Amino acid sequence: MSATDRLGRLLAVVPYLLARPGIRVADAAGDLGVTEQQLRDDLQLLFLCGLPGYGPGDLIDMVLDEETVTITFDAGMSRPLRLTADEALALVVALRALAEVPGMGGGGALERALAKLESAAGDAAAEAGRVSVRMDTDASVQGRTDGERLTVVRGAVDRGRALRITYYTAARDATTERVVDPIRVLLVEGRTYLEAWCRGAEAVRRFRLDRIDAATELDEPSAPPPGAGGGDVTGGVFQPEPGDPAVTLRLARRARWVAEYYPCEKAEEEPDGATIVTLRTGDLGWARRLVLGLGADAEVLDPPELADAVRSAAESALKYYPDQPV
Amino acid sequence: VGVSRRRTERLVNLVLCLLSTRRFLTATQIARTVPGYEHDENDPREHEAFQRMFERDKAELRELGVPVETGTTSVFDTEPGYRVAERDYALPDIHLAPDEAAAVGLAARLWQSAGLASAASSALLKLRAAGMDVDPTATLGVEPVVAGEPAVDVLLAAVRARRGVRFDYRGSHDDEPVTRHLEPWGVVSWHGRWYVVGYDTDRGAQRSFRLSRVAGVVKPVGREGAYTLPDQLDLLGAVATFEGGSVDHGEAVVRVRPGAAAGLRRGAAAVEQSGDPHPDTPETWDAVTVGYRDPGALARRLAGYGGDVVVTGPPELRAAVVRHLRAVADR
Repeated sequence: MSATDRLGRLLAVVPYLLARPGIRVADAAGDLGVTEQQLRDDLQLLFLCGLPGYGPGDLIDMVLDEETVTITFDAGMSRPLRLTADEALALVVALRALAEVPGMGGGGALERALAKLESAAGDAAAEAGRVSVRMDTDASVQGRTDGERLTVVRGAVDRGRALRITYYTAARDATTERVVDPIRVLLVEGRTYLEAWCRGAEAVRRFRLDRIDAATELDEPSAPPPGAGGGDVTGGVFQPEPGDPAVTLRLARRARWVAEYYPCEKAEEEPDGATIVTLRTGDLGWARRLVLGLGADAEVLDPPELADAVRSAAESALKYYPDQPV
Repeated sequence: VGVSRRRTERLVNLVLCLLSTRRFLTATQIARTVPGYEHDENDPREHEAFQRMFERDKAELRELGVPVETGTTSVFDTEPGYRVAERDYALPDIHLAPDEAAAVGLAARLWQSAGLASAASSALLKLRAAGMDVDPTATLGVEPVVAGEPAVDVLLAAVRARRGVRFDYRGSHDDEPVTRHLEPWGVVSWHGRWYVVGYDTDRGAQRSFRLSRVAGVVKPVGREGAYTLPDQLDLLGAVATFEGGSVDHGEAVVRVRPGAAAGLRRGAAAVEQSGDPHPDTPETWDAVTVGYRDPGALARRLAGYGGDVVVTGPPELRAAVVRHLRAVADR
């Protein structure tokens, strides 16, 4: 951490503690994002700072013991520093973007927080007002049906009830009915998901809201096993299982989007502009549909049984087009 | 005691000193007051070292956002002085209800992996210091997560400063990255991917760029305030047009083997029994009508179903599917 970062923190520590007399040092450290030892170092340093004169009555004073801390003299540092333009930008832009996401809900909390922040940040927020970040979601495209589904799903999460859902699994191209114990609703990279314990699969699953064809709240509590769900999804919602079969494809330039669209384990470019990608899938049927659809733009390098399956599927499909010239 | 610790201590004392004074204090007065600046004023080398140190400290405070004012208290003062006005320094009172605090926490978390993370967390620190309690895990019912994209903060800073940027970009049809120059208007997260929209000064037109296709880093170029934003700005619309490609709406009619192609049936406008016998099963084909916006994407999807789905029309779609299938069969 740089000296400037530390100075910024020190200027916030005194007002922070002033607002919370008797706070536990460990709790304060957690809130301020530092270790307890770092915070105690900060306090030791602040003990030596104060007003000109620098006598006993001029220095920052506090009661610090093993457990807790209380500021008794703030030496004029009673308020935190104003937000910088970058800080105001980060919060204002994110609040505004979130407030515009359909289905975010929150009962107007985003808009109210935005208004208060803008007024507290003053000029810094005015600059942020000129910067736009927009986020679209599936809900904004798909409209009413998904909006209603989101209401049902969020209601079940809020009330802690189990759900019966009819769900379309794209990997298997099949629709199934299942009972799930909802954990939370996620909005990841523009798509809404229900994270839930699937009783049939006995595992945590993330269900895309636009693939839930029907949802009914049940009259029984949601009871996911302790510790289920809540994991980090910043790396993507679907993490292929290491045991899933690997598929290696050679993609022509026109099919390069495949490497951007699906999580690939490897993507290497060839001198002619083609890309060789390796991806894992739990379902070779999905891979067969993908490759068939790519036509001339993709070639299966591995596994050979996928290459055979794709070719024979194409051959038998062509029988239904006897009129089309070769 | 390390140099940086002594320096930090001196800077905190400088802030407190400047906050506590109404009069402008000259550098000499500050040197005689704040611990850490002691030196022999009559020794030119020591005095010069002090002045350099003081300039650096002032610059650091200003960088942090401390509003250090320069001025003179009386017309007889020949040397400028410094002070910090409490009303310019302090974050005004802000009282957030618990759900509003949750909203702010949510907004800060949005940036965790997408640039601006350090600005968001230092903003949160100040709000906490103002007395706000933010539960770092509170949600408003929906937990938003966006993908990490390091270029976002550079681009937002450029939009804020109205400053142009330069980057190497490899479009979907480019073999090699090409250097592009853009006056950025805004940043868009569309279908989970980040884009920048702006005025491309090389092409002389509005352009959208997908940030995952930027090679290397985005660099600000030129002066601040170099351009203005258009009045009517539809960032999402710009990206949708960029990615939407063809906007060839239409309806396709296909025959589907009974029980097959669940995904196609879900989104279908109509599913009917055609009565036509299936040549290889005792059943009859279902007739399925699907609307589409991108004929290329629909052709890929229909070809993917192989013999389970046979296209009746339109003829161009039927030909496109056969082309896909033949390319695979002939390989």
